[in-house]
Amino acid sequence: MMRREQVQDIAEQVLAASAADQTEVLIFAGDEALTRFANNTIHQNVAETDAGVRVRAVVGKRVGVASGNDTSPDSLKDLAARALEVARNSEPNEEFVSLPAPSADQRESVVQPVQATVDCDPAQRAEAVRTMLDIARANGLQAAGRFATAHTAVCVANSLGIRSYFERSGAGATVLMQAADSSGFAQAESEDVTQINAREIAEVAARKALESAGPRDLEPGAYTVILEPLAVCDMLYMLGIYDLHSLAHQEQRSFTSGHMGEQVCGENISIWDDGWDPRGNRMPFDYEGVTRQRVDIITNGILTALPYDSFTAAREEGAANTGHALPAPNSWGPVPSHLFMNTGEHSLQDMIAATERGVLVTRFHYTNMVHPVRTVLTGMTRDGTFLIENGQIVGGLKNMRFTQSILEALSNVDMIGRDGVLDGHAWAPALRVNGFNFSSATQF
Amino acid sequence: MDKLCRIAVDAAINAGASYADARFVSRREESVETKNGSVDGVTSSTDRGIGVRVIAGGAWGFAATSELTESALADAARKAVEIGKAGAPTLEEPVTLSCLDPVTDHVPHTAKQDPFEVPLAKRVELLLDCDRRMAEAADVVLRQGLLLISRQEQLFVSSEGSEIYQERIETGTGIEATAADGSETQRRSYPASHGGQMACRGWELVEELDLPGHAADVAREANALLSAPHFPAGCFDIILDGPQLALQVHESCGHPIELDRVLGTEAGFAGTSFLTVDKLNSGYRYGSEIVNITADATLDGGLGSFAYDDEGVPGQRTMIVDKGIFSGYLTSRETAPIIGQASQGAMRADGWARIPLIRMTNINLLPGDWTLEEIIADTDYGFLLCTNTSWSIDDRRLNFQFGTEVAFEIVKGELGQMYRNPTYNGITPEFWASCDAISGKAPGEWRIWGVPNCGKGEPMQTARVGHGVAPARFRSVQCGAMTQQGGGDQ
Repeated sequence: MMRREQVQDIAEQVLAASAADQTEVLIFAGDEALTRFANNTIHQNVAETDAGVRVRAVVGKRVGVASGNDTSPDSLKDLAARALEVARNSEPNEEFVSLPAPSADQRESVVQPVQATVDCDPAQRAEAVRTMLDIARANGLQAAGRFATAHTAVCVANSLGIRSYFERSGAGATVLMQAADSSGFAQAESEDVTQINAREIAEVAARKALESAGPRDLEPGAYTVILEPLAVCDMLYMLGIYDLHSLAHQEQRSFTSGHMGEQVCGENISIWDDGWDPRGNRMPFDYEGVTRQRVDIITNGILTALPYDSFTAAREEGAANTGHALPAPNSWGPVPSHLFMNTGEHSLQDMIAATERGVLVTRFHYTNMVHPVRTVLTGMTRDGTFLIENGQIVGGLKNMRFTQSILEALSNVDMIGRDGVLDGHAWAPALRVNGFNFSSATQF
Repeated sequence: MDKLCRIAVDAAINAGASYADARFVSRREESVETKNGSVDGVTSSTDRGIGVRVIAGGAWGFAATSELTESALADAARKAVEIGKAGAPTLEEPVTLSCLDPVTDHVPHTAKQDPFEVPLAKRVELLLDCDRRMAEAADVVLRQGLLLISRQEQLFVSSEGSEIYQERIETGTGIEATAADGSETQRRSYPASHGGQMACRGWELVEELDLPGHAADVAREANALLSAPHFPAGCFDIILDGPQLALQVHESCGHPIELDRVLGTEAGFAGTSFLTVDKLNSGYRYGSEIVNITADATLDGGLGSFAYDDEGVPGQRTMIVDKGIFSGYLTSRETAPIIGQASQGAMRADGWARIPLIRMTNINLLPGDWTLEEIIADTDYGFLLCTNTSWSIDDRRLNFQFGTEVAFEIVKGELGQMYRNPTYNGITPEFWASCDAISGKAPGEWRIWGVPNCGKGEPMQTARVGHGVAPARFRSVQCGAMTQQGGGDQ
């Protein structure tokens, strides 16, 4: 991967070459590698090195973006000229005010790449995969999944003085264990590859596959459901994308419109976004180079605040930029990408023991928002769905489709896990939800 | 670039690969987005690089780089070989490929009117014109337009002697309006949702679609939906319009016939398929006798059309469902021999930095002998469901649920009032068995709809695929899951 000095030099070259009123440069650089396995064998093994440069040129209220991945000096000059040409040939966006300027609370990144992750090679990835495959074979199961590492840098610079740079490393593994009529799944993510315990996740997935064998049918309907953290993360992420940001609010495509300050779910639920929390995939600034602020979105069930970027903050009186911009142009909005939910005091076993009749869900599959304003989400259960009776897991269930309002589910939570897990953009604990609606069933 | 690709292939073979190919891909795209009378975004992007794929020690290895120098390409080739060899010890069987005669070819794009020659200002003005028409027609809170043009050049060089240059131009566009009244939000789109229609065509597509001519109706219908009754729950006869049926084909036929998915290599992420290999040539009934489905990369202008796939295999037409009977898969050089066939030519990668996977071409429901008008007239009571809003299907592609922007009630053969928030769900083979009328008899009813964002694989890849369909009827389908979730209470 390019060194920090190289990346920052590219940014300065573009800024120097630009004749626009304002100019922003966003650079992604990185090495990514991934080993994929299925049917107890490695079937895909890839590596990629790339650096992309994205230039936003502003001429009055006209804005143009050009991007490319050729970082030679002439190409960078051409990129700056192309962004300017695009802006000049566009029409004004009357609501655009300015690129962000540096602020007093600009903080230097505390994130550093972990050397072990940066140095991880194909043989180490293959070794981790072999550990998982051995557990599969020992249990008569078929394993599938991936083991991936990345070393990436993001740099933002603009003509108003923003200079932001950070590097991070990331590692992640997933494992699906398949039996004749059942399956189990587990995953782990960390900045430090040595913290990915391939054996542990493989054993969890294998146990789930074996314990859910011989799944039975369950009639669709409303059930008490224990959602393991991956299922809650999925729900939280979808709520964030569709509803929990200022542009969706301003455009009236979110439940938040007209409901700020109101109780929107149970008092025992708090949701916030924090790009600095080490439990998440940290990113200290947004794609405009603005320091990310923690935003307490729902506090004790009350809708309290939303993430903003420079555009949405400027068009709403009294609003402040919270550092949640995506790469320009961004018609979707400043979505929260480091979501957290509060923990409680219960273990997963506590929840199962306290449930007379219910369903334990390992994770969801193919979730999609049916109606964003009513937060109605649909999706399937997958890879470990269990029936609970009299405080005990009594066996596996065939998978179910849910069609359920997320806010309604978060209003019916009576037990919360004492720890959580990270799944990409969200970190959440397990929840026990009463009256969760399964709308149909499938055949396996 | 041919020299750099050959250097990469040679370096891989010299490092111990038994097979190698190199793909140079250069993509240029320009997009315009408008929102509420303003230009929300204009972009011009370029991207190029080379990916090197090898078989080393019997296993696949792949490395890609955007640094286009001889040394960087040789390094990438050696890295691919190292990666392949690292994974080899886990193999039970070495990778083998179906036979392929080497090909040298040069394939130009087929667009009639190069969209990059249409001035940016004209493209912007087209969408702003639609915006003004939507604003004048009805009270809506959000008016949006999108226009995307793309040009891709690709050079494929293999150690077997193939050298294939291909160029393609793609164009896509659409508009949408969103209405809100404080308690409800409703959207209408034209010609389809999620960005509109996209095809392997030029500016002629934009002119044919006539966005300005439809803008007012889009806004009026979005506004009218706010006061429309909620779609009821129950079992109804439904007719799906083209854009919705295209997505139904995509999810419930296109994905389950990908042979890599069937064989389990996508199990850890997107899932597997109910169309297991024992069902091929066994007379397995996928749908009713009028259901005929093809995978066809040879159609003019389809977003899933191409001359050669990313293994250098010619694009082909294959029967997937023949008179309701399951009869074929999408395959690759590695997977096809497992079912005793040669590759059907469906391996495609998302740019230079990704390894090819089995992807849909154009998966088409062949036209029937009805017109849409005749199907509606033949329906005693039911609904015409139009334009997708939501989609979801289980990891074997059996249980699905879709939502659409609007449903029009049909009473005694006549279209009636609009309903909002429609959904329907089912089990794939049961649903297709209930298909009893397919249109396509009238000119223009059968159309290839582009799906530009088909996701698959890890790292995630996005493919552009197509679905030729004409509206069709399905009997006694479960509807209204949204209504059961309180959709009828507000």
